[in-house]
Amino acid sequence: MFDDFIIRAFAAGIGLALITGPLGCFIIWRRLSYFGDTIAHSALLGVVIAYAMNFNLIIAVFAVSCFIALSLLFLQKRTNLPDDALLGLLAHSVLAIGLVLLGILSFIRIDLIGLLFGDILSVNITDVLFVWIGGSIVLIVLILIWRPLFAATVNLELAKAEGLNADLANAIFTILIASVIAISIKIVGILLITGLLIIPAAASRNLSSTPIQMAIISSVIGLVSVVLGLQTSMIWNSPTGPTILAIALGVFILTLIPLKKLLISKKKIELSN
Amino acid sequence: MNKSLVELNNCGVFRNQKWLVRGVSLKVSQGEIVTLIGPNGSGKSTTAKMSLDILKPDEGTNTIKKDIRISYVPQKISIDWSLPLRSIDFVNLVTKHKTSEINDALGITGIQHLINEDVRNLSGGEFQRLLMARAIAKEPHFLVLDEPVQGVDYSGEIALYKTIQEIVKKINCGILLISHNLHVVMSQTDYVICLNGHVCCSGIPSSVIKDQEYIKLFGSNIDPTLSLYKHNHDHHHLPDGSIDKADKNK
Repeated sequence: MFDDFIIRAFAAGIGLALITGPLGCFIIWRRLSYFGDTIAHSALLGVVIAYAMNFNLIIAVFAVSCFIALSLLFLQKRTNLPDDALLGLLAHSVLAIGLVLLGILSFIRIDLIGLLFGDILSVNITDVLFVWIGGSIVLIVLILIWRPLFAATVNLELAKAEGLNADLANAIFTILIASVIAISIKIVGILLITGLLIIPAAASRNLSSTPIQMAIISSVIGLVSVVLGLQTSMIWNSPTGPTILAIALGVFILTLIPLKKLLISKKKIELSN
Repeated sequence: MNKSLVELNNCGVFRNQKWLVRGVSLKVSQGEIVTLIGPNGSGKSTTAKMSLDILKPDEGTNTIKKDIRISYVPQKISIDWSLPLRSIDFVNLVTKHKTSEINDALGITGIQHLINEDVRNLSGGEFQRLLMARAIAKEPHFLVLDEPVQGVDYSGEIALYKTIQEIVKKINCGILLISHNLHVVMSQTDYVICLNGHVCCSGIPSSVIKDQEYIKLFGSNIDPTLSLYKHNHDHHHLPDGSIDKADKNK
């Protein structure tokens, strides 16, 4: 069954959408969208290292992403610079180092376009396994740290004061983001992964009234975007990653329609008649 | 029975080349309300945070009894607009409660009807009541209230303080209370600490305070934080709150 590249693409895309849903919610709640970008930018360095040392791509990207995340935590403590400045510093300097290395190691041939935008149709069975096994681990860990992480998201001091291990939850969450970005490199690419994290979650925000609702609806919207995006890209022969995001944006625009209000005002008009 | 839950021993916090607060000692025991008063920037919240171990003291020691439930009502808390959060979710933030327990807690602070309301639709006073309800629902051993009635209407303020007193009786917890409006809290307080970068004075509110005559005299016009105690100061404060060196050498 998994011989068919279309089925592999669906399997990888759906698996990824299920994890990016709840993680994306936390990224929005904690205003970390630029953090996702930074990790994604630094992924190039991971890719170069993987090629140079003939190492597994996903693991190399994951290692570099974790290193960047830890560097950020270190810099936050050691400098007085605001977070967005630190993230900009890390994102672009690590991207630059990646490009320099790529230039020096001239024997490496990387499909840059594929790296930037992903190529879901080229995923192999190992990639699919990485998505589903890695994704399951990420999801389970997220559920385990949900309460301290969510409490720390609402108010860090309150969570700490009442005995939750907020610092640990924050550090683990950072590693979860790094792993999801590593997993998703081949599927949507480093330029688009933040979009897959944020757009479904943003659309979900317009529809939900509780945090758990938002996380679940976000996964569903991601899933719908992946399925429709894959099919559309096959019909139009458009690049798959961008098509998925375009569909997600379409869903987001749909969620802006105030359905409840329209229904209520209709009722009112009926009543007044 | 009177075991101390939290103890600060000569604690101080040093940040950005100055002491935010220094030389604070306090003890909160079961069934006791300790009140911190003092002007802005006098280190009240800092002291509260040391008692919760959010801030590690740079000198002195803070000891918190092990395995006790702690509830904290911070002075400032802002909910991000991106968070869909109802009152019930907020009460469940740190500990998951039964719906009946949540109803009870919200009922005590008078906002039971808002249980499914989005937190961002609450008024400042209603939100303050929600913070309090969340803290109560946990049935804490130690409760820290940092200006818990800000934004609550006057009658509600008195009612909330009465509630605090009832909670102490009911669950026998120790409370560290920060307030600027001492004449409302004084009848409920067991011990008062007046801070201004250090402990200016402290003691048991005298019986005079409970006297109706006293309340009549200091009811509305005079700043209660100034009128409660005779401050037998042996020192002066410079405008930044530090102590005049000339006094130290006396």
